[in-house]
Amino acid sequence: MSGNSTYEPKTGIERWLDSRLPIVRFMNDTLVTFPTPKNLNYWFTFGGILALMLGLQIVTGIVLAMHYVPSADLAFASVERIMRDVNYGWLIRYMHANGASMFFLAVYLHMFRGLYYGSYKAPREVLWILGCAIYLVMIITAFMGYVLPWGQMSFHGAVVITNLIGAIPVIGPAITTWLWGGFAVDNATLNRFFSLHYLMPFVIAGLVVLHVWALHVTGNNNPKGVDVKSKEDTVPFHPYYTVKDGFAISIFLLLYMSFVFFNPNALGDAVNYVPANPLVTPAHIVPEWYLLPFYAILRAVPDKLMGVILMFGAIAVIFVLPWLDTSKVRSMRYRPTARLYFFIFVFVALVLGYCGGQLPDDQVIPGVSGLMLIDSDINSFVWLSRFATLYYFSYFMIILPVLGLTETPRPVPESITDPVLSHPATAPAGAMASPEKRG
Amino acid sequence: MLRKSIALAALGLAFIAGPALAAGSAKEPRSVAWSFAGPFGKFEAAQVQRGYKVYREVCSACHSMNLMFFRNLGQQHGPFYDPEYKNPNDNPYVKALAKDIQVKDIDQETGDSVDRAATPADKFPSPWPNEAAARASNGGALPPDLSVITKARDGGPDYVYSLLTGYVNPPVGLAVGPGQHYNPYMAGDMHAYWTGKGPAPVGGFIAMAAPLADGKVTFDDGTKSTADQQARDVVAFLAWASEPKQTERKQFGFGAMIYLFMFSILLWFSYKRIWRNVGH
Repeated sequence: MSGNSTYEPKTGIERWLDSRLPIVRFMNDTLVTFPTPKNLNYWFTFGGILALMLGLQIVTGIVLAMHYVPSADLAFASVERIMRDVNYGWLIRYMHANGASMFFLAVYLHMFRGLYYGSYKAPREVLWILGCAIYLVMIITAFMGYVLPWGQMSFHGAVVITNLIGAIPVIGPAITTWLWGGFAVDNATLNRFFSLHYLMPFVIAGLVVLHVWALHVTGNNNPKGVDVKSKEDTVPFHPYYTVKDGFAISIFLLLYMSFVFFNPNALGDAVNYVPANPLVTPAHIVPEWYLLPFYAILRAVPDKLMGVILMFGAIAVIFVLPWLDTSKVRSMRYRPTARLYFFIFVFVALVLGYCGGQLPDDQVIPGVSGLMLIDSDINSFVWLSRFATLYYFSYFMIILPVLGLTETPRPVPESITDPVLSHPATAPAGAMASPEKRG
Repeated sequence: MLRKSIALAALGLAFIAGPALAAGSAKEPRSVAWSFAGPFGKFEAAQVQRGYKVYREVCSACHSMNLMFFRNLGQQHGPFYDPEYKNPNDNPYVKALAKDIQVKDIDQETGDSVDRAATPADKFPSPWPNEAAARASNGGALPPDLSVITKARDGGPDYVYSLLTGYVNPPVGLAVGPGQHYNPYMAGDMHAYWTGKGPAPVGGFIAMAAPLADGKVTFDDGTKSTADQQARDVVAFLAWASEPKQTERKQFGFGAMIYLFMFSILLWFSYKRIWRNVGH
């Protein structure tokens, strides 16, 4: 797909196949000889980690579906039966449940990398948008998957989220009824969520193929954010990055498996081990940790429809990021001002996540009563969420567009191999000695 | 700079992982050094056996355990496991325990509903024919199923233990309704019931009266039967029942972690060797 292939069929059968379906050539070009910038750091290993996570989720999910019963009366018990009576069912189920969390952890670090090193900028806009689409489908898949055990949080989470659709004027309630397959979240809803939860991962897999295809057209970005100029700038993907990604995957698995084996329920909510009961609403309905920032944005807005619009807007804005950031410099290594705003953004996203897990009217600083502002005390999580939401959108819609036009970036290296030669005056002493340690 | 950001992110994560999402106000559960806690923790068979007796003689009068079968008692890492009987359905001790309990069945000849002695393949029978019956006998409250109770409550085994042993006389000024009992570890909001001095007490009302008392259960192994000991033992049993494969999981995990750790070291040296000539 990337054009200049160096593959030469060695055996007769390979030559025969190559002129009919060049699949071996394709595998060779994408996984073996693919020229990759030689300065990629560990932040660039999350693509490989994510591919593995998708594979593990699909494999464990298919096995779980062999034993799971998508029925409002039996779903909860069937999940427990998987862990009690299916051979290694506990391993498969906990790998799947914690795998979702780890998948999101990896995707957030992957996005952090893309935002920091400007991987969304020309010519990688389509690559970025495909990544955003994968993330969006991941959210939908994870939400539906969380409904399947049919615990209290599954059920009431499904009620809260599907009711959001009802905020759409005129047609909203009709769409909600259509989604539910009835007039409330019930057996029909569970059934279709199971069906769609099984379908979506294959949509993700299709998008991943496009994502990797787009990557192999433009080639990798790299920590310096400059284009590959010569052959000296790259190394073949195999063995250089198969071994580096392999090492990173192994370390990531250590973290993942420490949850699976020793703390499998730490990332979940205890209330979800109470079977769903439509008549008893849990004191505190919260989504899983990876969706908390969006939940905080939703609750920050007093108006339901506006809240829904902002929540989806928070994801939509990432799609158009390539056209919001006006700077031509990719890597934030050379954009000290932008970098500062970016780190504030990351901190704000974590604050939003924290707010999403709290009760909106609780005090941020206990015991201090502040000013009443509009509908609540300014010292409350709802106001902290509002300030954080404001910064979240400002970062994309004001700071990045303006900064690209006003800031003075530091000198950018000519190429990956010669980081400072073109600007000897600005290079700090000893910069050449160990350029890989920078950043 | 990137390193600073990681530190910052870690701090943020610590915030998120920090305080539990508390509902209402309740006393923090007391922490107990459980034998089964931690990555190397294991159940003490004798304790879980005593715990089963407490469940059977006290709790099972009101609480079902719908996910439990008698055979589970004799499976590997279960309280009555006997290596001679790999199939717990053959375990004579488990058979005897099951036989003590009557379960409902259908007479295949007549189609009549009959009671018969349970076998290891039977589920723990529920004390109630249906939810309405359970509520009618408990002042409108439904005794929760205990199959996964230590997983289904924040605080886990500590919480269940604290609740069982935490009953105190209600402070003067707290209006306790009929059929209700005050327990500081139960989540609730006492403001509406409080007319005493100072702030309202933490805790809540629970329909269950203090279920355990000194000497209420006779332990066959001679262990002194205090209410505290009964609570510890029954919580150990409930923690095992919530997650009967946890010992297997931890042992399997220990091997998996060692394997991954060594694999990581090998990959690290392979990485160093493959990259040794690349200036990057």
